[in-house]
Amino acid sequence: MKQKQSGPLKWVLIGGSAFFLFVMLILPLIYVLSTAFREGIQVYIESVTDEYAVKAILLTIRATVSAVVINTLFGVFAAWCITRFQFRGKKIISTLIDLPLTVSPIIAGLIYVLTFGRQSALYPYLQKLGISIIYAVPGIVLATIFVTFPFISREIIPVLTAAGTDEEEAAALMGANGWTIFWRVTFPHIKWVLLYGVVLCTARAMGEFGAVSVLSGHLRGKTNTMPLYIELLYQGYDYTGAFAISSILVVMAIVILILRSVLEYLGKKDREA
Amino acid sequence: MEQQYYVEMRDINKQFGDFQALEQINFGIEKGKLIGLLGPSGSGKTTILRILAGLETAETGDIIINGQVVNDIPASQRGIGFVFQNYALFRYMTVFENVAFGLRVQKWPKSRVKERVNEMLRLVGLEGLEKRYPSQLSGGQRQRVAFARALAPEPQLLLLDEPFAAIDAKVRQELRRWLKGMISTVGITSIFVTHDQEEAIEVADEIIITNQGRIEQIGKPVDIYRNPTTPFVARFIGDSAELENVHLFPGFEYAADQIKHAIIRPEYLTVYKKGEPVEYPNSVEPGVVVQSAFRGTVTEYQIRLSDGTILTANRLVDTAPLAEGEQVQIFARRLLAFDEERAFPVENICLAGVRPYVI
Repeated sequence: MKQKQSGPLKWVLIGGSAFFLFVMLILPLIYVLSTAFREGIQVYIESVTDEYAVKAILLTIRATVSAVVINTLFGVFAAWCITRFQFRGKKIISTLIDLPLTVSPIIAGLIYVLTFGRQSALYPYLQKLGISIIYAVPGIVLATIFVTFPFISREIIPVLTAAGTDEEEAAALMGANGWTIFWRVTFPHIKWVLLYGVVLCTARAMGEFGAVSVLSGHLRGKTNTMPLYIELLYQGYDYTGAFAISSILVVMAIVILILRSVLEYLGKKDREA
Repeated sequence: MEQQYYVEMRDINKQFGDFQALEQINFGIEKGKLIGLLGPSGSGKTTILRILAGLETAETGDIIINGQVVNDIPASQRGIGFVFQNYALFRYMTVFENVAFGLRVQKWPKSRVKERVNEMLRLVGLEGLEKRYPSQLSGGQRQRVAFARALAPEPQLLLLDEPFAAIDAKVRQELRRWLKGMISTVGITSIFVTHDQEEAIEVADEIIITNQGRIEQIGKPVDIYRNPTTPFVARFIGDSAELENVHLFPGFEYAADQIKHAIIRPEYLTVYKKGEPVEYPNSVEPGVVVQSAFRGTVTEYQIRLSDGTILTANRLVDTAPLAEGEQVQIFARRLLAFDEERAFPVENICLAGVRPYVI
């Protein structure tokens, strides 16, 4: 049954949304790119290949990859535990997983500063072991992990719940061990949503500013990630440089957006097959 | 003399929290038999099956399969094939891979896996569908795959949980016959769970009736149907109507003192239209037709007695039809009487001969 559409209202709504999207998203994107290339491609390339810029890019990749790997493992384990076992405190765990979504990233950063910083009881032990977390790379990785850890498990939990335990029980009854059951029976169910979660997690990890900003100490070439480096350039009135680096983040975001759509499509097709 | 059973449960008790799921379950099954576990939902029948399979553990009692106590043997080593209620086929594996799974896990050599899977698919009539995924099969085909998958690793005992529940009514009939035939071909001892008495009576060699975590009666379908031994079974099996005033029916007065409650089934009743010859004219009771339903070979009538009790009775299709509101006469051959503990049949005095008896 197709509903009769009222012509004018439909176009006003569509036009309004399109205009809003244009002003809020497309225009700034165009502005980012045009500013990045304002002084010519030569300056753009120089800004992007600047020693500190490259270090910032590499650090961002490092933090993102670590966060994604750790959160993938953690996310799968957590989702498995929550959907497959009955235990006391299950509600508390599943609520805690969502915490990073509600806590401001700045506070997350501060929590780590208080936990591992100079005023912490742990600090002497960490120092003895030669581990520095605050104002160092481990701190940045920790902060990135913290802000992105709900993404993967939140994607997997509903799928595992919907899949139920019947297939796993059947496999176990036939004598399959846990490893075989996971890879051959459970994993195919969560394959696409897991990748989808990884993509979302990557996107969030790359762009994280708040928590990382608190923990980083802004040491140029050492603890500056891309977003921090962009801010630094911007504060120094190097608009071309700032927008050149931004353009890289923007392109990565667009790539991720496309990947996301492809994964959604493939996942849907796979479920329907 | 103790009988040699193939599968046995002794004094099994099981609790889920405060809920007593099973209480003192005892039964034995002979080799090669097809057993139906019948009961209303929540009566513990699925729990019995899951304990046998090792998917649940009982608090007390022993489970014996083929002379061996298997309490501490893990589910996977009990040699059990299990067909789940919704089949639990591996959605992301082909039909071939589904059937091969158990064999691969048990490390069968590759060539034998292929041979055995093909043999199983031939047996269940699914050749040519090896490369399909479960979502591309009909309900009946899925059941066949589940059956082939359960049987492939050559189990000693086959357990089926509500095997027909997920199939539409029309195919169900056909599949029942198919499954019964298949199990007798393979010759494997099997137990299936069902809440559908018709299904249990038609398919099973022997029925175990469960209610509220206890076994009510064990026996051949025909014995259970004819001679229910507990009030629950009397009410549960057959198309029974409860009789408030037993003395209402002439011919049962002799036993009225001993009968507290009774039920009556359609097959115990004969309905006479006005003017039809009545065999025992002194033993008929008047009634009014309330409703009629054509059932093919018989027409089913709801008949109201003078005290308001509604009985169900059948008349063959080639007899004169009764109109709603018509006055009729009913003759009851038999009643199933029961008190708190036991049930027993009572014959109409006209048929019981000279010496009336009460069991």
